[in-house]
Amino acid sequence: MFSNINVSQIFVLDQDEALDFYVGKLGLEVHTDVDLGFMRWLTVNVPGHPDREILLERPGPPSMDEATAAQVRELVSKGVMGGWVGFVTDDCRKTYAELSERGVEFTDGPNEQPYGIDAGIRDPFGNKLRFVQPAQ
Amino acid sequence: MSRETEQQNRRMLRARDAMDRQFAEPLDIPALARIAHVSEAHFIRTFRATFGETPHRYLQRRRVERAMAMLVSTDRSITDICMSVGFSSLGTFSRTFRDIVGESPNDYRAAHPAVSRVPTHFSMAWTRPSSFGEVRGTPGA
Repeated sequence: MFSNINVSQIFVLDQDEALDFYVGKLGLEVHTDVDLGFMRWLTVNVPGHPDREILLERPGPPSMDEATAAQVRELVSKGVMGGWVGFVTDDCRKTYAELSERGVEFTDGPNEQPYGIDAGIRDPFGNKLRFVQPAQ
Repeated sequence: MSRETEQQNRRMLRARDAMDRQFAEPLDIPALARIAHVSEAHFIRTFRATFGETPHRYLQRRRVERAMAMLVSTDRSITDICMSVGFSSLGTFSRTFRDIVGESPNDYRAAHPAVSRVPTHFSMAWTRPSSFGEVRGTPGA
């Protein structure tokens, strides 16, 4: 049936600002950046894993009317939109230190958990992201 | 919704994240207002307009959420948990817990097994009580 997940999606409010964050600060790499006319198809991936893309999608017409897009933007800016991504890291505390130095906002962590060490961050728009160093 | 409103939401969210990180400490409205780039007088009103409740009420729910997680995942005493989540009185903690969750801390601990495979932040967010006990019938509803 299915063999993997190849694309997931996050709503972002500005795709250039999203690039500055997801690539410039988090260290992801651009997979595809194409202006399709009706939208900008912008995906990123963890370096070395182009098989798993994250679509950074801006809500708006024509895929949804402007009133609906405004609702989506409100949900994103309040931090309650779905589509969050969880990353894996070899060293949570080191990643925490590096991202802190780059000005990334943390919601919590590093936390010792039964499943490893994890931490939560927010992107510029309000989306929450997490990363975990799995327990051995 | 205007860009200005989205930015205000984002600043309020930043202040709320600060409350989450320091949930066990007393509420510092001046500091939170600075984070949100609003006046102190404006902060509580704007927070409530954005998230539907006052900062104090949000913090109480957050503290109770953390207590719920500790009750299930540790064998720490109720008193210890009470103090570690920011309450200074066991009586106030127990009463607030019961008002929000619908049962006492002891009864809650007895009734809820730990779910260790679910990321903690996720299970906390989903078990966070969404009201202050106004909705009866379902504990924590």
